[in-house]
Amino acid sequence: MTYLTKPRFHHPKLPTNALGYTRRDYEGAISTLCAGCGHDSISAAIIQACFELDLPPHRIAKLSGIGCSSKTPTYFLGASHGFNSVHGRMPSVLTGANLANRDLVYLGVSGDGDSASIGLGQFAHSIRRGVNMLYIVENNGVYGLTKGQFSATADKGSLSKRGAANHDQPIDLASMALLLGASYVARGFSGDKDQLVPLIKAGLRHKGAAFIDCISPCVAFNNHPGSTKSFDFVREHNEAVNRLDVMVERAPIETEYAPGETVEVTQHDGTVLRLRKLDADYDPRDRAAAIGYLQQQEAKGEVVTGLLYVDPDAADMHDALATIERPLNALDDAALVPGAKALDKLNASLR
Amino acid sequence: MDGHGPAGVGGVPPTDTGNPNYFHKVVDCQWACPAHTPVPEYIRLIAAGRYSDAYMVNWKSNVFPGILGRTCDRPCEPACRRGRVEDEPVAICRLKRVAADYKDDIRDRLPTIPVAKNGKRVALVGAGPASLTVARDLMPLGYHCVVFDRDPKAGGMIRTQIPRFRLPEEVIDEEVGYITGMGVETRLGGEVTSLKAVLDEGFDAVFVGTGAPRGKDLDLPGRQEAAANIHVGIEWLSSVSFGHIERIGRRVIVLGGGNTAMDCCRSARRLGGEEVKVIVRSGYEEMKASPWEKEDATHEGIPILNYMVPKAFLHEGGRLTGMLFEKVRAEYDEKGRRRLVPTGEPDERVDCDDVLIAVGQENAFPWIEGDSGVEFDRWGLPQLDAVTFQSTNPRVFFGGDSAFGPKNIIWAVAHGHEAAISIDRFCKGEPVGERPPPVVETSSQKMGIHEWSYDNDISAAHRFRVPWAEPEKTLRSIAVEVELGFDPKLAFAEAQRCLNCDVQTIFTDQLCIECDACADICPVDCITFTPNGPEAELRGRLNAPAADLTQSLYVSGDLKTGRVMVKDEDVCLHCGLCAERCPTGAWDMQKFLIEMTHAGHACRSH
Repeated sequence: MTYLTKPRFHHPKLPTNALGYTRRDYEGAISTLCAGCGHDSISAAIIQACFELDLPPHRIAKLSGIGCSSKTPTYFLGASHGFNSVHGRMPSVLTGANLANRDLVYLGVSGDGDSASIGLGQFAHSIRRGVNMLYIVENNGVYGLTKGQFSATADKGSLSKRGAANHDQPIDLASMALLLGASYVARGFSGDKDQLVPLIKAGLRHKGAAFIDCISPCVAFNNHPGSTKSFDFVREHNEAVNRLDVMVERAPIETEYAPGETVEVTQHDGTVLRLRKLDADYDPRDRAAAIGYLQQQEAKGEVVTGLLYVDPDAADMHDALATIERPLNALDDAALVPGAKALDKLNASLR
Repeated sequence: MDGHGPAGVGGVPPTDTGNPNYFHKVVDCQWACPAHTPVPEYIRLIAAGRYSDAYMVNWKSNVFPGILGRTCDRPCEPACRRGRVEDEPVAICRLKRVAADYKDDIRDRLPTIPVAKNGKRVALVGAGPASLTVARDLMPLGYHCVVFDRDPKAGGMIRTQIPRFRLPEEVIDEEVGYITGMGVETRLGGEVTSLKAVLDEGFDAVFVGTGAPRGKDLDLPGRQEAAANIHVGIEWLSSVSFGHIERIGRRVIVLGGGNTAMDCCRSARRLGGEEVKVIVRSGYEEMKASPWEKEDATHEGIPILNYMVPKAFLHEGGRLTGMLFEKVRAEYDEKGRRRLVPTGEPDERVDCDDVLIAVGQENAFPWIEGDSGVEFDRWGLPQLDAVTFQSTNPRVFFGGDSAFGPKNIIWAVAHGHEAAISIDRFCKGEPVGERPPPVVETSSQKMGIHEWSYDNDISAAHRFRVPWAEPEKTLRSIAVEVELGFDPKLAFAEAQRCLNCDVQTIFTDQLCIECDACADICPVDCITFTPNGPEAELRGRLNAPAADLTQSLYVSGDLKTGRVMVKDEDVCLHCGLCAERCPTGAWDMQKFLIEMTHAGHACRSH
């Protein structure tokens, strides 16, 4: 933890984006998490992704629940909307906010306790409803704020800092998200920003429920031998299925790949996702195959990372409910209070 | 790893931080200072209100803190890292003056002079900053030093060529007095006319620190006829300094664009010159005067006219009436060399009552005989060893302006220290070319998890201006000092702008777990974890490309993932956030104190 404010001075050649902002303009307050926390690297990746996407900070809403991970929205996007909600209830608050104003970019930040234990039901329903959002779980496998008990995502057989083995079956949130119909599912690692930043960018530009399970080592309680969420373990067992380049506008192709080496997916808004295959047989457009592959590899103790699944043509909750396109705060009284006649008509239609 | 670079192939070897030059170079100000004064060290002492301690750090290194704090050419300030992250560097020079202004009596801290002498006698010709520095270093070792000067008081150009409104005489008397007070024998008020005569007196070594005393003259039509109102600037300043000249005409032209010209015009302004103009051959930007000296002159209402080449002195009945100038413009050839080409406009006449010529200085050693063993080069400068300052006569050493031509006081001091080492070794019969290494100390500044023994909370303040006395007061007298100096409050605020570049970021690769915390927190993006590669290529793919090749890269050994940590030293704020965010202590902030060793025992600490 650091008490100082980060100096305002920045590199004299720090680049600006299309809006004229530097990356530093997307920062928040200085982190109060433990030194070396993986969550801080994820915050840095979110800052980088929003900067690179030229997102206006005031058009982003960041929401979180309770826990170390849910504290992090304070440490990025200081000029954006924020809602630090109740433990495990971020998905409901996000869903409500999205229903009221679909024009904002929604970023839900949660942890393995917040989403896999107390908020598991909330997590599941926000995904299956197809809420248009990017939902990031900062997954370290322990309850850091209460000093390192196993969380629901801790692998069976992995050891606590004191040496006790975990006997419970882990919840794999990425597999669950696939089962529940998420239209964008990825897994990242806080120690590899080259991989993580494009995954966040593509998720922010995705229409529908996008989910990233991001392994984030807890340096204080879960970075020891015997842990399966430590820097060393994840680096040794990291099996990336692909490398992602996100092209918002079709940029000239700089690197040539042989046919079959890349897969290109064009998302709803025109964003092109170019995936360099690291595993030749992996197709991120096949949900069932993705589920099977995850199960196989995880049985072997490998940590599969990369863009696991994407459905570029997904519909979202607003499509399903045929809601009005304008945000509620932009409607006038006549639209919001249509009068007794309109009510009579509605009631008649329901009789 | 899906690496992006040519991992390991032709990569940069780990940085050798054991070489004292590596971290010394990171302390840009100290590295740029000819005397290598530990600048951040004394600035911290000033911030702590420890003025006497700050003064002694300076005194040990540059001998004349009060004088230099007003007059130094400040090579440290253009080098200051602060100037690369915001508009202006720390006001290092004026902080030095603060130490001098607010210190207590420091006489009991001066080195003790042995009563029993070592039997060696050294002659110091010229009583300027170079000679006085040699005396300062040799007296505590037991040498008998004899200083010669034609002026009645010691100090040399410090006393004769810097106007009182920039440097009060008390300051000179005090700091020159610390050295003469060590028991130096002074033979003042008589010109040395023969080197051989000095050598014949049996001195074990002779140091020549006679400066660059001759101002250049301008031999133009009318020079002889109007001689009464044409003065060579340096000599005129000296006469003003000794009170021989108290007035000048109403309209004055100052020729030349260096700092001497600036001293001349501002002095003339105080001695009755109402319309004082500086006229230079070159463009305003190319003038040799320091930007702040030009500003000070402009501030006093003195116009600077450029691209005018003097052609003739105009006179009527033996009295100067004005000058004629040819108008030129600058043209550059393909090699970037400048030529001044007449514009073809008619010559311009500027009326005046007096002219001050400040177009440069010449060396002259009429007193050094051809058969004294001292050889000169074709520019009239002595042939010297560039490190030891020993001349072709091994008993004779040079320093200051007389060694390599006009520079400034801080260079003279640096030369004096080096010459003193040479003389000491020469007198002991030791090889003069072997130089003592500097004294280096590193110490961790860590006091707690996020607590350091230096103030790492970077001040965002802009450079503070030094308060000035009222112009109505200062322009009326040549002796009223213009700058008032920082008061303690302003001094503290300015001292807090120092980035503490001597508190180094020390990286231990075996401890690093590559969590990225340091790279994420660094406000200036100077830390990158990446595969190694050839330096030129590596510089281009850092988080912030390291374009300034004069600034070093700090490269670690191989880390667990096969990558290396690369830190670009260029704009590091030394804020210590990397170390505060490091979970394993792989980063530490350590104060690196380097002191140049002076003459005498290598472990001597004063």
